[in-house]
Amino acid sequence: MSSLFEEIREPVASDVPVRRVSITVNGEKRTADVEPRLLLAHLLRQGLGLTGTHTGCDTSNCGACTVLFDGKAIKSCTMLAVQADGHEVTTVEGLAGPSELHPIQEGFKDEHGLQCGFCTPGMMLAAKALLDENPDPTEDEVRWALSGNLCRCTGYQNIVKSVLWAAQKLQSQSAS
Amino acid sequence: MTRALDEIKIGGLGSSRKRVEDNRFIRGRGNYVDDIVLPGMLHMEILRSPMAHARINSIDTSKAWEIPGVRLVLTGEMMATRNLAWMPTLSYDTQAVLATDKVRFQGQEVACVIADDPYIAKDGCEAITVDYEPLPVIVNPNQAMADGAPLIRDDKENQHDNVIYDWEVGDKEGTDRAFAQADLVSKLELHYPRSHPSPIECCGSIADFNRATSKLTIYLTSQAPHLHRAAIALVAELPEHMIRIVSPDIGGGFGNKVPVYPGYVVSILASILLERPVKWIEDKTGNLISTGYARDMYLHGEMALRKDGKILAMRMHADSDHGAFFSDAQPSKFKIGLLHSTFACYDVPAAHLTARGVYTNKAPGGVAYRCSFRVTEAMFFQERMMQAAADDLGMDQAEFRRRNFVRDDDFPHRTPFGFLTDSGQYGKCLDVGLEAIGYSDFLKRKEEAKKQGRLLGIGISAMTEPLGAGNSREYDILGVKMFDAAELRVHLTGKAILRTGAKTQGQGHETTWAQIVAHELGLPAEDIVVEEGDTDTAPYGMGTYASRSTPVAGAAVAMVARKVRAKARKLAAHLLEVSEEDIDWELGRFYVRSSPEHGVTIQECAMAAYSNMPDGMEPGLENVAYYDPPNLTWPFGCYIATVEVDPQTGVWDVLNVVAVDDCGVRINPMIVEGQIMGGLTEAYAMSSMQFITFDAQGNCVGSNYMDYLLPTAWEAPGYELHEVVTPSPHHPIGAKGVGECATVGGPAAFVNAVIDAIKDTGVRNIDMPLLPDRVYEALTQRHDVSGAPPVKTDD
Ligand code: FES
Ligand code: FES
Repeated sequence: MSSLFEEIREPVASDVPVRRVSITVNGEKRTADVEPRLLLAHLLRQGLGLTGTHTGCDTSNCGACTVLFDGKAIKSCTMLAVQADGHEVTTVEGLAGPSELHPIQEGFKDEHGLQCGFCTPGMMLAAKALLDENPDPTEDEVRWALSGNLCRCTGYQNIVKSVLWAAQKLQSQSAS
Repeated sequence: MTRALDEIKIGGLGSSRKRVEDNRFIRGRGNYVDDIVLPGMLHMEILRSPMAHARINSIDTSKAWEIPGVRLVLTGEMMATRNLAWMPTLSYDTQAVLATDKVRFQGQEVACVIADDPYIAKDGCEAITVDYEPLPVIVNPNQAMADGAPLIRDDKENQHDNVIYDWEVGDKEGTDRAFAQADLVSKLELHYPRSHPSPIECCGSIADFNRATSKLTIYLTSQAPHLHRAAIALVAELPEHMIRIVSPDIGGGFGNKVPVYPGYVVSILASILLERPVKWIEDKTGNLISTGYARDMYLHGEMALRKDGKILAMRMHADSDHGAFFSDAQPSKFKIGLLHSTFACYDVPAAHLTARGVYTNKAPGGVAYRCSFRVTEAMFFQERMMQAAADDLGMDQAEFRRRNFVRDDDFPHRTPFGFLTDSGQYGKCLDVGLEAIGYSDFLKRKEEAKKQGRLLGIGISAMTEPLGAGNSREYDILGVKMFDAAELRVHLTGKAILRTGAKTQGQGHETTWAQIVAHELGLPAEDIVVEEGDTDTAPYGMGTYASRSTPVAGAAVAMVARKVRAKARKLAAHLLEVSEEDIDWELGRFYVRSSPEHGVTIQECAMAAYSNMPDGMEPGLENVAYYDPPNLTWPFGCYIATVEVDPQTGVWDVLNVVAVDDCGVRINPMIVEGQIMGGLTEAYAMSSMQFITFDAQGNCVGSNYMDYLLPTAWEAPGYELHEVVTPSPHHPIGAKGVGECATVGGPAAFVNAVIDAIKDTGVRNIDMPLLPDRVYEALTQRHDVSGAPPVKTDD
């Protein structure tokens, strides 16, 4: 919100309860008044303008909305914003600094792990959660770790390759 | 000595250039419709019918109006006052925008609420009460055609039953004669279940009507922006030049984003009425139950055979379930799309096809889900029949196909139903596939496994399909011919912008179109930016679906680059002070034929076009090309799968999958392979788990991702890809369509493999999807399993 100008709005309906939440998003503390029913995914997208987190279903199946919640991959469409109060969230926008790429991002580009790109942010964050825990996964472990995320374009083979590519790069980085 | 550039180094044809669009997608910086926020934007939700067939007695919206933040509530009655309650479909039928008289399928659009935020809009929908009077429901063609069946389309004059069309093609008498001479007649009945393209991103629109300029801008999940502009101009009776469609990044299309949906139309009217931007983003349930379904066809086939394995003739009948409105998105004059492309790769002397389309109480659509207008059904039917016939003859399935393939020197070949195929090496593709899968070894392993009670199977599917509609003589949508255009503007520093009327949704046009220009002009691909999707700036085009972009728009790209090169040649002659006839071209450079060291680069020509043109020459270096293809392109695919079926459970595992694709010249092999693997996974999905069905009340089973199963990385098999290259004889760079071949040809490979594994039971068919319980039933009860699971709607 601009500090030069802040519009004072009449509350739409006085009986709509709001709660103040503070969430650390991509390393930055963000505070907002939210309706208790607001989904975390919608807070990120509409409230904070972080539109890299996508929503692709109503049933917690597609994983397009996957973000890291205190380092673990969660589906942000399945969590209320109020539940995230006091926690840390990482979205695709927080994977790397402005002019950098995370090895997982590089891997997806290098191995053609995306086509329409809609599933990609969620896939990459699910992959990050995996590699943070298991830096040297087998193909089966990658497939299992990504099995909460749907991709309609790629057929997964190149996504798996992308994650293995990133695992290698991360390992060689930490070795040197 | 040549100074031609290295084509691969500049990212030309054949380079597996990394995709430029990825730079934004991997950073989460894509710009999909739902990412766009306009000042003052409102949000729309749709109230859908819970009933499949019911009269609407009344709709009470008063409670919705009372909710703070609700700005507008629209019903069919209000749409009717503006003549917008109904709209024309792409198949010359009508479709309800918001229901007025009755609802005709579950999920049909009944009312819309526009509010300050999407949550309030949903509250508004919940506050609406609709009084429905249930009517008898029809969920399959048999019910639709039964005597005394309730009339679904009582809104239409002269519609006295539920039949939409009866159509036939081919040579009936010749076919009858051939059957009379057959040694053997092979028969098969199949159901291709209803399916849905289901891109992960649903459909949506933001309509932004600006009263001050009278301009209507619509951000739309559109695979065909120009087509949608024309359709909206006609439906909403708005002047076409005052409509601007912007199709931003699209999260997958697969045919789902070709039709015009009621949500688009209502958001447009709402924006005009409220003079504010109105955003409508569909949820997944809305997407699956109301937007463009695919398939849903009952197929009956008969094949006349000679003992030695020669096919003499084919008979085919299709009963096609089109749902409540006939809105097939297909551009041909044929009622049932290109279903009669079946058996195009085989030499079949006589054939006859009849087809009947009916209305049912199911969602409309009939979209070309990752295929070219019903060719998926055509090729599935073909390859399942081929296996059944090989089994009936007791002949090896590979040999039976080889015997009947059109031979390499028989092109151009007239197919049994009148298409003209132009090129291919079918036998070679089959050989490459058999070699890769280890065919003869596998047959031995299969016999050994049988001794231990294990069930192995191998399935082959081979097909050529017609891709790249039009030509304009035979193909149009609502009268608009199926051509495409490209516009190329080279700036003075030799950098360029290319625009086409196609629309990428994951296919990577921003990468590959630049490669075609690089091939034709020698400009590095990275110096060319590609823009699509904005009807105010893009040249006319019919959009991207049915694998038509490389065959048509891609050809236009090559042609416009050639036009630009022709002008650059004049500039080169001027710069080199010789006549045009005395210069030659090599990649990136014109040179004097008699002294090749004297030359100018294409970049130098571009500079001259703005700074040093000859007297009398128009400045600038740009052009536009409209391309009307002489024929469709005919790629070939051969897909082979091996499986093991567990006799205790009916679960089947894929052992290996080999795909051999001949799509002519490959612009970007990496992208081609990506398309094939995506297609194979959808083929696996359809054969194993993905389907939509309905119970007797017309409740949709498959309305969300809990029921509509898509394979994840865990279930999806791995693939081994091979290529054969037979350039298209008429495409300017020899390319053919490819994006959908594996989806079209793939399903039969998996089904044939499972049937092969359990062949000893005498089972000839299990309809898709081959869920374990269905395979188990076939294995243990030794009978075919037909129809759509799990709710048998046929009884
Ligand atoms: S949006 Fe599909 S799982 Fe969250
Ligand atoms: S890249 Fe399109 S859904 Fe995965």
